[in-house]
Amino acid sequence: MRLVIVAGPPATGKTSVMLHTLRHILTDKIRVAVCKIDCLETSDHSTYRRLSLPVMVGLSDYICPDHFYVSNLEEIFAWGEKQQAEILVVETAGLCHRCAPGIKGCLSICVVDNLSGIDTPKKVGPVLTTADVVVVTKGDIVSQAEREVFRRRIEMVNPAAHVLEINGLTGQGALRLKKVVLASPSIEGVEGRELRYPMPSAVCSYCNGETVIGSRYQMGNVKKIVYREVSND
Amino acid sequence: MIRKIAVLGGITKSGVRETLRMVEIYPGEIVAVVGPTGSGKSQLISDIEYWADGDTPSRRQIQINDQVPAEFAVETSLRRLVAEISQNMNFVIDMSVRDFLLLHAESRHIENALEVAKAVVDCANQLTGEPLMMDDSLTALSGGQSRALMVADVALLSNAPIVLVDEIENAGINRLSALRLLAGRGKVVLVVTHDPLLALLADKRIVMQNGGMAKLLTASPSEKALAGRLQKIDAVLCELRERIRLGGELTPEAIKEVTWPDAQRVSA
Ligand SMILES: Nc1nc2c(ncn2[C@@H]2O[C@H](COP(=O)(O)OP(=O)(O)OP(=O)(O)O)[C@@H](O)[C@H]2O)c(=O)[nH]1
Ligand SMILES: Nc1ncnc2c1ncn2[C@@H]1O[C@H](COP(=O)(O)OP(=O)(O)OP(=O)(O)O)[C@@H](O)[C@H]1O
Ligand SMILES: [Mg+2]
Ligand SMILES: [Mg+2]
Repeated sequence: MRLVIVAGPPATGKTSVMLHTLRHILTDKIRVAVCKIDCLETSDHSTYRRLSLPVMVGLSDYICPDHFYVSNLEEIFAWGEKQQAEILVVETAGLCHRCAPGIKGCLSICVVDNLSGIDTPKKVGPVLTTADVVVVTKGDIVSQAEREVFRRRIEMVNPAAHVLEINGLTGQGALRLKKVVLASPSIEGVEGRELRYPMPSAVCSYCNGETVIGSRYQMGNVKKIVYREVSND
Repeated sequence: MIRKIAVLGGITKSGVRETLRMVEIYPGEIVAVVGPTGSGKSQLISDIEYWADGDTPSRRQIQINDQVPAEFAVETSLRRLVAEISQNMNFVIDMSVRDFLLLHAESRHIENALEVAKAVVDCANQLTGEPLMMDDSLTALSGGQSRALMVADVALLSNAPIVLVDEIENAGINRLSALRLLAGRGKVVLVVTHDPLLALLADKRIVMQNGGMAKLLTASPSEKALAGRLQKIDAVLCELRERIRLGGELTPEAIKEVTWPDAQRVSA
């Protein structure tokens, strides 16, 4: 089964892009299953169901969604196999930009949009820098020059990435992503495989539901801010 | 060297084959794209910008010198062959004019970037009213200033052999000087327009309907002659517009002062 990880900031067009791409893939009679990992709520499953695919949702609730995702990958993979999927797409809601869900040996797609600001490629961090494919959406709203400048910024932080411009509304560009997905490696399982980037340790009292502010209430892995003056120039 | 660009017909919005099966465009030609709103004019030029290979909503295929684009050049070089002024009136990206132009120059592998950036700003300021500055934020520019900068950027910085223009008439900049600037010698130029003068200045025009290329017209000699007269009428209107813009008033006398070309024949 090919495991394809799709990540990126909220509302950049992950679902729209995958919907068009999967529609093209389904015309080849390839079996596809989709899993969406989110925090509190999502309606993506009903969107994916429009393609009559098996869809599963995992809500992390009180746990960091990225840690939740890694802890459940084996189960997600097993579910995909049970659906006899040849391609399993996992869409994750990248939230804090500090984690990257990419797995070594599996296709990793990061979706960003032209509206998210020129510094976004730098800020998004490992989810973008470790991706094989960076999809840029919403090119219909900006000028060609802006698209070129944005693409340049992406290439600066991830020179190896295959950058694809896709219109999430019309699906223009999705056939090119289909080719990349079909060319990606198939794997036997996820056990023993490695993440492309370590996830930060986040085991503090607030991870466990503490709400009161103050050092007295903090336990575990607490990192304090290093204060320094910032001059105005 | 580009010798020819061909647009191979795809489908209309209703999914049937579009009427024109092939349109060929040669360097040095200006092609107007006309049609009602929503008829697919922007889609047509975006197909060329994207080097469509049956993979856009219109399913068109673009060929260059009778080859599919991928055989002609690698993707990065193909991208640099086309400069497009899209229909967007404003910038969204939050950068200064200077940083934007320098980064754009870098993305197009242009050497003397700062010089070119200065030339772009000077050129934009000749097209627009109140001048824009290197340190201005792109998002703070007015619609007209933004369009002027986009035109100057395409003309001087991108300087590509294929130029695509999506409606420059509504920006409050002089559309004739803008087109003259953009349509450099020996370029392939497509202009989406609703403006009769711009349409008549073109060598050919593609008529869009329901997403498809419905008709290809060649400007006849009598149409070309009409263009000359339209240009004179346009000059009159431009002069009146300038007066209004600069705070003047239009009295019947003001209109009499400007000389109407072929007054009787026009009204006839
Ligand atoms: N104009 C334009 N809108 C787009 C494009 N791609 C997506 N959108 C719109 O952006 C919004 C968000 O798209 P989604 O596909 O739901 O984004 P997402 O990344 O899956 O969102 P989450 O799963 O909630 O993080 C929707 O309203 C889409 O219609 C595009 O290329 N152009
Ligand atoms: N051949 C086609 N097949 C399918 N969809 C199409 C086709 N041509 C255009 N469309 C879609 O129709 C919509 C309107 O097209 P487009 O924006 O190109 O119109 P337009 O002529 O530029 O209109 P306007 O004058 O308002 O700018 C777009 O969403 C476009 O993707
Ligand atoms: Mg989604
Ligand atoms: Mg349009």
